[in-house]
Parts: sequence; C-alpha cells; structure tokens
Amino acid sequence: MSKAVLKSAGYVLVHVPEFVKHTGTTQTVERAKNPDSDYLEALDSHLRPFEEVVKYAPNQVYIGNMVPEDLRSIEMPWCNNLTDINDRFGKFGEIMPEDEFIGLIKISDVFDLVKIEKSFASSVKEKLSNHPMISEEEICAIGDGDEISEIESLISEGNEPLYFDKKIVGCVKKAHDIDVNLNSHVMLENLVAKASGVLAFKNLVKKNNIDIASIDYVIECSEEACGDMNQRGGGNFAKSLAESVNAVNATGSDIRAFCAAPIHSLINAASLVASGTYKNVVVVAGGATAKLGMNGKDHVKKDLPILEDTLGGFAVLISENDGFSPIIRNDLVGCHTVGAGSSPQAVITSLIIAPLEKNNLKVTDVDKYSVEMQNPDITKPAGAGDVPESNYKMIGAMGVKRGDIDRKELPAFVKKHGLPGWAPTQGHIPSGVPYLGFAIDDLTKGSYNRTMIVGKGSLFLGRMTNQFDGASIIIERNPGEIEDNNAVNDASAKKLIAKLMKNLAEELLAE
Amino acid sequence: MNILDGKKLIIIGDRDGIPGQAIEECVKAIQNVEVLFSATECFV
Repeated sequence: MSKAVLKSAGYVLVHVPEFVKHTGTTQTVERAKNPDSDYLEALDSHLRPFEEVVKYAPNQVYIGNMVPEDLRSIEMPWCNNLTDINDRFGKFGEIMPEDEFIGLIKISDVFDLVKIEKSFASSVKEKLSNHPMISEEEICAIGDGDEISEIESLISEGNEPLYFDKKIVGCVKKAHDIDVNLNSHVMLENLVAKASGVLAFKNLVKKNNIDIASIDYVIECSEEACGDMNQRGGGNFAKSLAESVNAVNATGSDIRAFCAAPIHSLINAASLVASGTYKNVVVVAGGATAKLGMNGKDHVKKDLPILEDTLGGFAVLISENDGFSPIIRNDLVGCHTVGAGSSPQAVITSLIIAPLEKNNLKVTDVDKYSVEMQNPDITKPAGAGDVPESNYKMIGAMGVKRGDIDRKELPAFVKKHGLPGWAPTQGHIPSGVPYLGFAIDDLTKGSYNRTMIVGKGSLFLGRMTNQFDGASIIIERNPGEIEDNNAVNDASAKKLIAKLMKNLAEELLAE
Repeated sequence: MNILDGKKLIIIGDRDGIPGQAIEECVKAIQNVEVLFSATECFV
C-alpha cells in the first residue's frame, strides 16, 4: 500500500475581545450568577489591543513567523515581553482582527441570519477589500447592512448581539422559532467555528499555492455540533467549509472526539489517501467561542491580560506520496483503547510506547514529540501547570523505565525531544497539530527524521462515558521512493514462483 | 496505619495528570475509606 504525505499546513488566530466578554462561558456564567462581580467589572481593563496580540510571541509562533524554540529565550510571562514583530500575516497564516472577522461571519452565513449595521458594514467591506484572500464576490455578500434600530429590535426579541469596540454592530438571528439547536446562540457558535475554519482553509490554500479543484475530501474536527432538533449533531461542517472555499470537487465529513479529534482525523485522512480512496484530503477546524477567557478569572487575579482572547484555526493537506513531503505512518499509530486503563503509565504506554515498540524504536528515536501544546503563559497562572512539559516528563519517565535513557538524562530528554507550548487553549487546537507546519520543514529542510503527534480528549465531559481518549501518529522524513502499487516486489515474486513450482511438482507426481 | 484510614474522600483528578479513576483504584487498597465523589476534570 502507498503512503500518504503531510503536504502543507495553514494556521490562523482571530482576536475577539468582545466575544471573550459576551460568549466565553466563564464570563457568561459569571454574568448569570453574579452580574455585579468585580471580575466582570475588571474585564475591559484586562483585554489586550490587537497590536499587542500580534506582538505576542506565542501568537507569532502559531502563524509561523517564529519557531517554537525561540520561546525558550524569552522570559516568562511572555505577555510582559512582546516581540518587535508587527506583522499580522505569517508564513503559515494570519491573525485577523475582530471587525474583519464579523465580516467573515457574515460572508460565511448562507441563511441570512447575520445582520450587521450599515456604517459597520461599509467599514468592514473597505478593510476586507485589502485582504489577500477575500474575493470581490465575498465582499459583495456582506451587502449594505441594516439600520441599527432594526438590529436592536431583533436583539430585544432574544437574538444574540454582535459587538465591536464595546458597541453593538449586529446580531445573529435564531434559525427556528422553537428549536433549541437552531437558536441564535447555537447559530453564533457554529458560524464562528465555520468562519474561522474557512479562514484557516483559505490560508492553507493561498500560502501553499494549492489547486483548490484538486481537493477531493475534507475532514472537519472542531468541537461544535450543527443540526436541528431531530439530529443535534447531524453535521456536516466539512462540506460547508468546502463550499465556502469553492472546493468544487470535494465532499467531506466531520470527526468528533473532543480535543483528540484532530489526531483521529489525521489518521483517517492518511488512511484514505494511502488506500487510494482520495488523493488530497484537507483536515480543518475553526475555533470555539465558549473557551474564550476560560482562565480569565485567574489572569485578572494575577493582574495579567486575559490571554485567551483569540480563536484558533488550522488546516492541513494530506496527499499522495510525492517523494519529498514527510510520510505519515498510518501503520504506526497509538490509541488509548477502552481497556487500556487510566493511569498515566497506561496512557503513555498506549499512546507513545506501543507504536514505538511496533517498529522496535526507543523513545529517543523520535526527534520531536508534539503533545498537548497549550501555551504555559495561559495555564501556569491558572494552576494547570505547564501541560507540554508534564507530558514530556511522563514520556521521558517511561523511557527511563524501559531503559532507553538514564534517569539523569531526563531533563535533557525533555528539552531535546520536547517543545515549549504556544497554542491557545481552544481544546482541539493545541492537540498535537500546531507543530505540523514546523514538522514539514524539520523533516524536509531540517535534520529530523521522525516526529510523533499526540492528542488527548476529555470524552467524560459529554457524560456518555467516564473514559477519556487519545491517539498518536508517527510522521517521518520521506526516503524519496514512491511506491508503485502495480509493481511486483521481491516477496510477492518469490511467493508466485514457489506456488508455480509446487503446482509443477504436484503435476509431475501425479504423472 | 495509612493517613487515609477511616476517611471519607472527594477525588478530583486531572486528565493531563492523574485521572480520578486512577486515584480511586489506588485508595481501594486502603480499608475504611469511603469515596464520596470522584471525577476527572479537564483544565485545558
């Protein structure tokens, strides 16, 4: 069977301070329970301006203007030590400001659910006309906008407002009178996931000169559910994204597994390509409004900015073997099975050690592990520690237990085979996949030969199981040989000759 | 005597650290321990 390759990657962030205030669940729950709280009062003064978000080192890593290792030389908290980089566009993608994104939500809405105010529509159209990936046709789709009185009237009926710069600039209407799965809140969440997914998809295509007509399948792996009261998670975000980016020859489907979904999707995409079912598969996800400002209370308590102020998105292209791009070893996957157990040892064994053992590899034979790449600037002040570092320590500890490394080598192992985290805490977004863009360079132009991408998911949050989940996959430097499925290899030739000889011998004996 | 002997426990595990189920398994070995509540939370 052929191998699939990791061809290209795109990454986007969207700076959405007003969404933090009005749609992040930490804030909406606080508003419902304690509307006069000090936290809500302090929110505005802890939200960062767009310029600061662009200069924030982890964000510049996310869009590819810096490499993860650069973070090691910047003193933490990184939010107090901004870079000099003032470019919202990067090698892998971009950081989009909130007003442009509201315009993109309007463009992504095909059911006329999004209403935006006239003067705001005009200014957004002007800004987006300078965007390299938004077409004239898309800008026309924004329309002329609506009167603010009409929007205020819709909001008074319970529809979700859209804010920019502390003012109401629009709203998202409910898509059904009584269906809770189509109410304005759900439609807003889903349209945000769609629009940020579209932005990631567009950046993947534009930054890598991909022929959009060559894409034949899309797998979407965000954490939202779209459907109506008869099928709450019916889907299919994937096909809606393909439609929005004009991938006319593509169809697709959604994969859900909480934060582990991107790795499950990567495994599925590589298998679909390797089996010959599809030639070019895009794995894509947009961001989650609910998780914005999730740790905001701790950030405010420690007088830090609210660092969870961006939506994340990514898109990667998995294609047939081109003899150059890194090979996705869909035969070397790790998975946390139902019977695997929940101890850290059992989890690391199933996700990391099992695929290594399958190929007689040691933990040191993987140049870089990409685990849960959450930005520690966000998680440490909230008491959740440095998540990537803890994962690397656990992998190293298993290496010590197996005799792959000496106990004294553990700190060096963590540094050499690990990376500092840089991804926003958007659930599925930090889950292994932020490194894929860098992996392409490291496994082609760089000196690495093998990486492992690992994701975990908290399935228990859905209350269908107490299990959590995880998956991993190895990606390797391409040896430059392209398999020919029609060619007869040595083993099959020997088998064929042996069979013919056996038949001949039987015939001779019979005579 | 174990420090948890005769205690009632509330267990909050961490998906990226020690899950609640794993802690629960460990305390099963101790007599006179009652687990009142056990859960695993996701902090990211």
